[in-house]
Amino acid sequence: MSLSFLLLAVAALCALSFYFGRQRAVALSGGRYSNLHSLPAHYGTYVALWCGLPALLLLFVWHTFQGSVIEAMIIADLPAEITSDSGQLSLALNSISLIAAGNGQHLTVSPEVVDAGRRLANLQSIANAALIVVMLCGAVIGVSLSYRKISPELRARNNVERISRWVMIACSAIAILSTVGIVFSLLFEALHFFSKINPLEFLFGLEWSPQTAIRADQVASEGAFGAIPLFVGTLLITVIAMCVAVPVGLFSAIYMGEYASPKFRAVAKPALEILAGVPTVVYGFFAALTVAPFLRNNGAILGLDVSSESALAAGLVMGVMIIPFVSSLSDDVMSQVPKSLRDGSYGLGATKSETIRHVIFPAALPGIVGAVLLAVSRAIGETMIVVMAAGLAANMTVNPLQAVTTVTVQIVTLLVGDQEFDSAKTLSAFALGLVLFLVTLGLNVFALKVVQKYREKYD
Amino acid sequence: MAAVSQSAMTAEPSVASPKMTARDLNLFYSDNQALFDVNLDIVERQVTALIGPSGCGKSTFLRCMNRMNDTIDGVTINGKVTLDGRDIYDKRIDVVQLRARIGMVFQKPNPFPKSIYDNVAYGPRIHGLVNSRDELDEIVMTSLERAGLLKEVKDRLQSPATGLSGGQQQRLCIARAVAVSPEVILMDEPCSALDPIATAKVEELIDELRSNYTIVIVTHSMQQAARVSQRTAFFHLGKLVEVGETDQIFTNPKDDRTKGYITGRFG
Ligand SMILES: Nc1ncnc2c1ncn2[C@@H]1O[C@H](COP(=O)(O)OP(=O)(O)OP(=O)(O)O)[C@@H](O)[C@H]1O
Ligand SMILES: [Mg+2]
Repeated sequence: MSLSFLLLAVAALCALSFYFGRQRAVALSGGRYSNLHSLPAHYGTYVALWCGLPALLLLFVWHTFQGSVIEAMIIADLPAEITSDSGQLSLALNSISLIAAGNGQHLTVSPEVVDAGRRLANLQSIANAALIVVMLCGAVIGVSLSYRKISPELRARNNVERISRWVMIACSAIAILSTVGIVFSLLFEALHFFSKINPLEFLFGLEWSPQTAIRADQVASEGAFGAIPLFVGTLLITVIAMCVAVPVGLFSAIYMGEYASPKFRAVAKPALEILAGVPTVVYGFFAALTVAPFLRNNGAILGLDVSSESALAAGLVMGVMIIPFVSSLSDDVMSQVPKSLRDGSYGLGATKSETIRHVIFPAALPGIVGAVLLAVSRAIGETMIVVMAAGLAANMTVNPLQAVTTVTVQIVTLLVGDQEFDSAKTLSAFALGLVLFLVTLGLNVFALKVVQKYREKYD
Repeated sequence: MAAVSQSAMTAEPSVASPKMTARDLNLFYSDNQALFDVNLDIVERQVTALIGPSGCGKSTFLRCMNRMNDTIDGVTINGKVTLDGRDIYDKRIDVVQLRARIGMVFQKPNPFPKSIYDNVAYGPRIHGLVNSRDELDEIVMTSLERAGLLKEVKDRLQSPATGLSGGQQQRLCIARAVAVSPEVILMDEPCSALDPIATAKVEELIDELRSNYTIVIVTHSMQQAARVSQRTAFFHLGKLVEVGETDQIFTNPKDDRTKGYITGRFG
């Protein structure tokens, strides 16, 4: 029986227990639900939860341990000459699992291993069957205990709510723990990197060329890991993007929110938000294939030397990408400015633009700043467009017409292809990732604080 | 009512030389008619109270008088509203100047999220009423003084207006309206968010402002209408039922609906 089938069966059991739990509560109520402490549906849910949760819990525990327990049993039966050498052991275990899965015909292995393979298959089918039995037992025990407990006095509603609270806690724990896990792995790998490269050199060094010799006899440089050129490149592109996105996004938000007729707004707003749905890789090739050549050709006419991959192209397109982000967020904050403030201003004889400039915009400013900061952190983390349009050369320049590279681009290039996992080159990606993470985290926290402070004022 | 001016001697809808008039005013919110043939005169330098049950169109009528309904989508107005004999719905009228002449104070105090000083200075600044900082200071001070707020805030003019109490905020809004030297001040339930003491202060203030301004006030409190107004207009279901001297309306109403409302039988 496959896992999905098993889960379906448990779901069906839950539905049944809900039905019977509810029936029993109805029967006990003697026709008047007010005799019961809780609604009949709560009793049903109570029984259903007691059916499903033990079963799922058992499934989870079983699956966590099944693999290692069975492996230990197999290893215990293997001859000592295999188990004594770890390389040979893992090879043997591989063959065993292949044989168990029925794919081992072409292998030439010792009879012990073939035996072990059969045994493994055997054990696995036993374990699966046992799992079904155990799960069903769990469900049945849960149901019968809880079913028996149903009485008009049972506080089913409170129980159900407590259980569902724990389920929610578990879900949020998963979300938080996985984030924490990712952050820690980032942190450890970065520390690993810093044990090879001085953090000061990394943070303040002016040269970035991460190529290092893989074998000792290769002729290659030591590698330089000064990340300043990357930071400068990232900053340059972000600034260009913001120069596009902030004015355009803000003015379009003002127009949409304050001037546009409802009809126009109904069409134009979704149209603007479509921009946010375009995959970034599409922006990327738009930047690389359309904008960059356009800039180079026009630059040539003006006598400017624009390289075919330029910060300007990437920044412009990234700015376009971020427009809907800025405009919809600032539209939100501006429409939250209470109508009474507008009325107050109009009532004093202010025009629309005076009202916007002197009342709405200042009142919404903290929220708008928050929106812009969120957009900045978005721009810093954006990868696809810069990979395709900004180039890979770690130039230390603030000239937007030249190729630059960003933190995200370097992370991609460091990790693409075959890598030796503990070389400084690979590990530097983690250090860059950590810096990126800290910067965007800081920006987001700050931005949310600002937005929140603004919300408190009007709610 | 000590200082009833001579022009208020008639109890008819029409008075001798009204500051503002409404003639056959009909107003529609999309397809719903909210005002039906309203005819009302507002006497200069008097307080006119608009009373009536909730939803009868008092606020709607008030907003017609400085064209605040222009900011609402789907409003159609026909009929005539005049200020000093000129139709304010005339195409040649500049709404901005009109609203500078007819100020408005709202139900909920709505100070801008700026300093106390900047709130009062807002109107004079946008209308270019002053040429120097000193003049502006002067206007701000006299407006605050007139609104009876100066004593309480003169040490904290630069602190945020949102930090004032509700009653202070409302008086600040009155000061803000006064600062552009309007001729008429419209007030929509200005005391409904205030406690009795703050209410008494605002009422006192209204009584003082009467010597310089024409005031129209919407109120749900009979006592307030009786205390502050010289003329009272009773609205019901979008129609103006009765208008006359406040004393007459409260002691000897001609219409049964008015009588029913002021004696508390409906509304
Ligand atoms: N913006 C609007 N859009 C549509 N209908 C409106 C709008 N404002 C008011 N109305 C309607 O017009 C009628 C009169 O409303 P108005 O606000 O003038 O009443 P009011 O006398 O001021 O009531 P209250 O004493 O409760 O403030 C009501 O039926 C109301 O539903
Ligand atoms: Mg009203």
